[in-house]
This record gives sequence, C-alpha cells and structure tokens, in this order.
Amino acid sequence: MLLSLAEATVRFGGRAVLDGVGLDVAEHEVVCVLGPSGSGKSTLLRAVAGLQPLDAGRVLLDGRDQAGVPAHRRGVGLMFQDHQLFPQRDVGANVAFGLRMHDAPKAQQGERVRELLDLVGLPGAARRAVASLSGGEQQRVALARALAPRPRLLMLDEPLGQLDRSLRERLVVELRELFGRLGTTVLAVTHDQSEAFALADRVVVMRDGRIAQSGTPLEVWQRPVDEFVARFLGFENVVEGTVTGEAADTVWGKVPVPPGAAQGVRSVLVRPAGVRLVPADEGLRCTVAARTFKGTHVAVHLQPTDDGPRLEAACALREAPEVGDAVGVGFDAAEIVVLG
Amino acid sequence: MSRRGAAARLGLMAVPVAFFAVFFAWPVAAIVKRGLDTDGSWQLGRITDVLGQPDIRHVLWFTTWQALVSTALTLLIALPGAYVFARFDFPGKQILRAVVTVPFVLPTVVVGTAFLALVGRGGLLDEWWSVRLDTTVWAILLAHVFFNYAVVVRTVGGLWAQLDPRQEEAARMLGASRLTAWRKVTLPALGPAVAAAALMVFLFTFTSFGVVQILGGPTFSTLEVEIYRQTSEIFDLSTAAVLTIIQFVAVGAVLALHAWTVRRRESALRLVDASVTARRPRGAGEWALLAGVLAVVAVLLVLPLAVLVQRSLGAPDFGYYRALTHSDGGVFLVAPIEAIGNSLEYALAATAIAVLIGGLAAAALTRRDAGRWVRGFDALLMLPLGVSAVTVGFGFLISLDEPPLDLRQSWILVPLAQALVGVPFVVRTMLPVLRAVDHRLREAAAVLGASPWRVWREVDLPMVRRALLIAAGFAFAVSLGEFGATVFIARPDNPTLPVAVARLLGRAGDLNYGQAMALSTILMIVCAVALLVLERLRTDRTGEF
Repeated sequence: MLLSLAEATVRFGGRAVLDGVGLDVAEHEVVCVLGPSGSGKSTLLRAVAGLQPLDAGRVLLDGRDQAGVPAHRRGVGLMFQDHQLFPQRDVGANVAFGLRMHDAPKAQQGERVRELLDLVGLPGAARRAVASLSGGEQQRVALARALAPRPRLLMLDEPLGQLDRSLRERLVVELRELFGRLGTTVLAVTHDQSEAFALADRVVVMRDGRIAQSGTPLEVWQRPVDEFVARFLGFENVVEGTVTGEAADTVWGKVPVPPGAAQGVRSVLVRPAGVRLVPADEGLRCTVAARTFKGTHVAVHLQPTDDGPRLEAACALREAPEVGDAVGVGFDAAEIVVLG
Repeated sequence: MSRRGAAARLGLMAVPVAFFAVFFAWPVAAIVKRGLDTDGSWQLGRITDVLGQPDIRHVLWFTTWQALVSTALTLLIALPGAYVFARFDFPGKQILRAVVTVPFVLPTVVVGTAFLALVGRGGLLDEWWSVRLDTTVWAILLAHVFFNYAVVVRTVGGLWAQLDPRQEEAARMLGASRLTAWRKVTLPALGPAVAAAALMVFLFTFTSFGVVQILGGPTFSTLEVEIYRQTSEIFDLSTAAVLTIIQFVAVGAVLALHAWTVRRRESALRLVDASVTARRPRGAGEWALLAGVLAVVAVLLVLPLAVLVQRSLGAPDFGYYRALTHSDGGVFLVAPIEAIGNSLEYALAATAIAVLIGGLAAAALTRRDAGRWVRGFDALLMLPLGVSAVTVGFGFLISLDEPPLDLRQSWILVPLAQALVGVPFVVRTMLPVLRAVDHRLREAAAVLGASPWRVWREVDLPMVRRALLIAAGFAFAVSLGEFGATVFIARPDNPTLPVAVARLLGRAGDLNYGQAMALSTILMIVCAVALLVLERLRTDRTGEF
C-alpha cells in the first residue's frame, strides 16, 4: 500500500475530528473522500501531509511510519482548497517552487514548468501574474504546482470547490484523464458527490470523523450503507419500515422490496425513479407540493394526504403533473433498497 | 512535530534573548545594584523613602497625567490624518508622508528648541501676537503631538490602507449606516493597531526627556528628567536607581496590559494592496477633511521645522553653516561637521543590528504555537522603549567597562545602545504584517518541500520585505536622532549629530545657538532624505530590491 492510515485520531479540544480512521490507498488509485463540512475530511489530508499531528494512530507511506517526519520531507503533494498560490510570484515561479525546494537544476526547472503548463492547458503562461488569473486558471496553476515535484501521492482539498458548474464539469473530466495518463495516486476530498463519483476509482464517505462507507462509486450509489449516506447522496425518500418477506410496512403503506432483503425494522430507500404516478384513486393518495425542472426530467415533490413525509418522484417532462394536482403513487421494487 | 517547532523557536529566540540579557538586563541590573546596594547590604527601604517625598510624588503624578493627555490629544489629532493618508489619493502624498515622519526622528533637544523658538520668549507667536506658551503645559503637550503624530499615522494608517474596503461595503449592504459600518467593521480591525500606537505614544511621552527638560522649566518634570537630574546634577545614584525601578514597574504594567489587549483582539485580517484602496476625495466633506488634516500638518509639524530652518539662516552668507567646518578647540576637538559622518556610520551599524535582532525576534513570535512565555518575550522586547534612555546609556558606561566585555573604548558601544532602542520598532513594524500572512501559504510551501527556514525566506520574507524596509528606515532614523543614551557613551572626539547639537546649545552666544540650529537642520535633511528614499522603495512594488 502506498498510503495506510491505522486508527488515525485527531482531537481538537476533546472533540475527535478524526476518530480511529483506517484507510488504504494503493498505487495509481484515485480515492475520493466524500463528506459534509465538519466531517473531518480536510483534517485527514492535513494529517497525511504532516501539517496536523496525530493524537493517536499511524500514517504510513510506502510502509514507513511518518511519525516525526515533517511536512517538507514526506514527498506528498497537497492542492489547497483556495489554491494558496504565492501572490508575489508569477505563474512559472509558483510551479517551479517545489522543484527549487528540491534543488532541481535551473534548466530542468524551466523544462518541467513548460511541460506542466502545457499539461494543464496553460501553455506560455509562465510570466503571468497570479492576480491576473481567473478561478479556473488558478486551479490549473495550483495543480501544476502540486504535480511539479512528482509527489508519490497527490492530495486535493475540494479541488473544484469554488469554480462555476460548467467549468467544474469540464475540469473533472480533464483531471480524470490526466490522472489516468500519468498514473498518479490521488487522495481527494470533496463535499460534492457528483465530483467524487466522476473522479474516483473508490469513494470513501465520512461522517463525524469516522468512515461510514467505502466502495466503488457504483457500489456506494446503488447500495448506500445507511440512512446518513443515502441522504448525503441526495436521496430524500428514506423511511423506516418493517420488512417481512418481499414487502415493507411503512407510513407510505406497503412498499415492495427486492427478494433477499434483510428482514425486520429497517430504513428503506425509495429512489425517485421507483415512485410511479398512477391515477388519483389508486395507491397512496398524494398532492403535488412542488415541481423542479432538472433538465432531463422533472422532480415532483408529493405530500401524502394521510400525513407522512414527502416523497420525491422523477417524471418525464411531458407527464409531470401540476402543483396542486391530486395523484396516486405506486412503488417499483427494482428501485428500492433496504438499508443496513 | 511540536517539539521540533519548539526547538526551532528556541533557536530563533536565542540571539535576541542573549542580546537583551547582555546589553539591557545587565546594565540595568548594574545600575540598580549601584543604587540600592551600599557596602554589600540591600536597602529596599529606600523605595518607600523616595516615594514618601512630596516632590517625587508630584513628579510621578505629572508624568502620568501629561502622558495620558498627550496620548489622547495625539490620537484625536492624528487619527483623521491616518485615515486621510490611508484612503485618499492626492498630489504630493508621498512627500507629505515623509514630512509627517520627520519630526518623530528629530532629536528631542532640537524639537524642544524649535518649540521654544515658536512659542517661547521672543518666539514667533510672541513676535506676532504676544502669546507665550513656554511656561504652560501646552508647550509640552503640543511638542508631544508633534513627535508622535507619525506614530499613529504610520501604525494605524499603514494597516488601514490595507484593509479590504469590501468588508465595510458588506456591512453597509446588511443595513449598517456609514458610521455603524466603520464602528463595527473597521474599528475592531484597527483596534490592535490603535492600541499599539496609543501604547507607543504613552510610553514615549511617559519617558519624555529632552522636550520636558527644555520646555518644562522648573515647574514640570517627568521621571526621566528627574532620573537624569539625580544622576548627573545631584549625583544621587541611589535615588536615581529607585526612580528607575519605579519607571520599570510602571512601564512593565503598561506593556503587560498591551500584550493582553492585543492578544484578545488578534485576528488574521483580510489585507489587500494599499494602492487599490486609495482614491480621490469625493464631496465637500471629504475635501474639508483633507484640508483640515493638511492645515494641522502645516501648523503643527511644518511650522516649527520652518522656524528652525529660518533661525539657522540667521547669519548672512550661511555664516552658521560655514562655522560648522571649523574646530574651535574648545567645545569640540573636531569640526562639528564631522558629526555627520559619525552619525551615519553609527546609524548604519545600529540599523543592521536592530534589523537582525528584531527580525529574528519577530519570526520567533509569529510561530503559531506561541505559548505564554513567548508572549512574555514579546513584552520584554518592548521594555527598552519604556526604560529611560539615560538609564541605558549610564548602565552601559558602568557595566560594559571591564573584562570580558570591556567595550568602553570600542566604537560599537554607540550602535549597540542605539540598536537597543531600534529593536522594538523593528518588531512592532514587522509583527502585525507577519501575523497577517495566511498560515496556509506557509503550509503550501512546506508541502512542496520547503524546510521551516526556507518557508520563512520564500513566503514570509517577500511579503514582509516592505515592512522590513520600513522597519530598517525607522531604526536608522531613530539611531540618527538618539540622544539620551548616546550622550553618555559617545567619545568626545566622535560626537553624533544630536550630541553635537546639545553641546552647542549648552553654550551661550548667538553663534553657538545658530550653529546648533544649522546642525539640526542638516540632521533634519539627512532624516528627510532617508525617509524619502524609503518612500520611493515602498512604492516600487514590482522589482526585487
């Protein structure tokens, strides 16, 4: 393993920000830590970088314990959340910084800076002032700066956090391609699930300093391990129910579940695609409370008439009912997951 | 990790601590011992004896209230100036900023004499309106404002210029009135700087020497003047020592208070380039404010200097200036003009020492994990500011005169004393800027492979280069004008400018008086030129100097 964390713990004034975290990252793997703010994901990166001492546990790089190894000798790269480019230096000097710190010959520095600026799509920008860069350009320079000394592990803290959406979507693809081509080992943290899913080979969901779930993006998306993960991924239709056989008894009535589901009192997730609209006199009776246009579909928010939490349904554009309409709701077992 | 940090901090602090131990603590200890220890037994009862004397109590009371009033008056008059210099663009601003700073670095004796020429018997006001202030406390207070105007403008205005105006705009958008936005956003951000400036002014005026001695006459006397009187006129070292201890305690208390307030309010501020925050004044109110500030500068700061220059030209054909090139064999072993070369050499050496010591200290104090005793160190560094310069000079004389440190015959003695006075300026100037550097920039450098030393060189140094230059300029100017300590230790054949001025003032006759004015004018010009060069460096932000 390139990176191993064992029982890594960091406390800020009695509160455990990292609570016995264990995590392995293999060479060439791209791992994304996903979690809401305050879940300890930035602290995780800082601990690996050597910027935050551990209160307990170990960080190993290439199998070697990093206790007592200061940040500048760990040979890892970290791209900061708001880039932290050096304001007094131009783009080239920012990218060359790590090379200078490692005493690379001048000619080699120039070569590498050119190479990296080409790589991140900013050829010829070496003499530009940092202040003249747009947000996306700053992000690219920060990436080039972090990559320049060829770190064995590249860490990204909210790499695309402050950029606008279209830029973010484009850059995510570029990053994914770049890491694949370079074979870089990456540990990124983000609060944005679409970013994590697009970027990572493996996603690690964090909650309150602990790891809640770890798996491929598909695994995590299809089978969230508990209600917290499901809600964090954006699923609203989570309800408690008693599973008996292939049905669960919930406030929304009887909901079919896939064969082989865990039995007993469970959290049940109904994906929006699994909420079917039927004529008003069939199934669960609801009123349309709101509808939001999502581009490919319309998200319809339904308020059950006989109390109970709201349901979100994904409808085709033409078939979406109007606000105030009375509708009936049926459920599709294939889109229903019985959680933990 | 944290142990390593502590070791690094200790390493950084070792040099400043050693410097202060040898050149500050030891001389002060020597003087206290000389005063309180008679024939091998300590006589602490002396303290209550001295405090029991009504005239000493009167001195204490006067020292305190005049310092408080001077500080309040200085803030009142200089804060609008700080605002104008920070936020307005107007023609001649750079030169004016240097002009404002000149008084601060003038020798106290010269300032005293200039104010005497302005408000004293036969002075300008006396000639025009028959008004004399030299027998009132107003002369002292005005001279104190004259001196310390720059402290407030530099300390507060320097930060003010770099505060992001959008913070105030954000408050206005949230419904705060202009005044409320200023009060709730800008004022708290300026708080530490205002507190630091107020503290400096209080300390300077609390320990005021030259000004009070000349303008105070027999009526008004500060602790510092009293210490000097006891030391060099009455030769009562014991009383002088007791007064030194009292001053020490008072200054220590003020510094502790300051450290406490600064710590409570310290925060990383959003700083922007000063050039983007300044603009032309808009509307009648702002123009009136600018005009008012300019008027204050003209009357309070420029007029005394103008009178000084005018008096120096009192003899035909620059007679006073030409007289400076001759040694009269009496007061001077050498021609007074040679004092200029001496002063420059001493000041350069003192600046180098002060920047080295102060820079190391500031770097040590900036480290994030600074503990309580490090903050104590912070306050310790300020002590030489508050302790009488006379004490430092006299202490040097009696403590550094025997092996292993027999420096009495060495030229370095004068720069060392001057550096001691300069170090607090260097620390005060650099610390706020160093502390405002975003810590994550340092982390970014560390992750890219920079050792702590290289982080300082690559991240901190470029950002504080400006502050460092300003600090060096201040240290240089303060060294040039330093009088209280230098007067004790400068050798007769190597006088500095202020010492030469004082010697000339000490003699009767128009020629000596005129020569003193001429030499003071030269000193003023040297300081002004140094500051103007500094201002040019400050604005040249593109090059690496």
